[in-house]
Amino acid sequence: MKFKIYRYNPETGAAPSMQEYALDASSGMLLDALIALKEQDDSLAFRRSCREGVCGSDAMNINGRNGLACITPLSSLKQPVELRPLPGLPVVRDLIVDMSQFFKQYHSIKPYLINNDPPPQTERLQSPRERKELNGLYECILCGCCSTACPSFWWNPDRFVGPAGLLQAYRFIVDSRDQAADERLDDLKDPYRLFRCHTIMNCADVCPKELNPTAAIGRIKERMVKRMV
Amino acid sequence: MVKRIFDGAHDGLRGWLLQRISAVVMALYTMLAVGWLLLHPHPDYTQWAALFASNTVRSITLLFLLALFAHAWVGVRDIAMDYVKSAGVRLGIYGIVIGLLVSYAIWAVRILWGF
Repeated sequence: MKFKIYRYNPETGAAPSMQEYALDASSGMLLDALIALKEQDDSLAFRRSCREGVCGSDAMNINGRNGLACITPLSSLKQPVELRPLPGLPVVRDLIVDMSQFFKQYHSIKPYLINNDPPPQTERLQSPRERKELNGLYECILCGCCSTACPSFWWNPDRFVGPAGLLQAYRFIVDSRDQAADERLDDLKDPYRLFRCHTIMNCADVCPKELNPTAAIGRIKERMVKRMV
Repeated sequence: MVKRIFDGAHDGLRGWLLQRISAVVMALYTMLAVGWLLLHPHPDYTQWAALFASNTVRSITLLFLLALFAHAWVGVRDIAMDYVKSAGVRLGIYGIVIGLLVSYAIWAVRILWGF
């Protein structure tokens, strides 16, 4: 199989370029191929950990589309397979990007339960129906595929929370154990943090966990409107 | 105590909601207009004049135009917010667009009521 991989090494100071590779493989996942390529050329840098779509480390741009290398079958890819780092974030080296901005936005939505009641003896219980509200939200692995596919996040990464962060924001707004929904909505009501979303829906299109951040953003807007009228 | 809902330019919900509501107004007016044109396939001057002699038609048309201008305002503001990084240039664009839209609104009133 033929590959074209984005190469950048800040230590050499050379401009980024696409390097061609060939590999005798056609089955398995893209990550397997990358690991085999790294045996050919150990200067090739990429992140990976769980190799089964749970950790979100090996998110990259595969043939123009963000995804996880470990759950992308080689047989599904057109050749030459073009691999680039996630768009819109500073490149550290080759396929490795600096995710600081992404996680800064994630932390800004306070991704933890806020509950001022004294903790009960065992745990804060939820009814099955309350728990069901979290489906389609809690599964997010923070790989960054959605936010880095979002043009609004490309233009305003410092002011727009981005689809991943907003999906998480809704995950806590809707949680029956959380008591800070009002403050969370206040935090998102300025024209940038939430409202830069123009329902382009690249996020829902690329999410490797098949989640729908656009729908979650819609729910947040719905809550804001309900609170107002 | 009345809870303040709108927060001036610091509020993104107002613009977003304005865009949605104005879209509904425009859609309804479009349906009315298409309905009238179906009933009067080849309207001549007297039919147009009779239609716009009614203050209700004039008012509904003005409402439609105001919805259009509000919709355009939010759209252009969104484009400037997305792409124009300099606050000064953004403010300049806002000023020009508001000036244009307000003058269009005055012009629309003059056309509809023949001042």
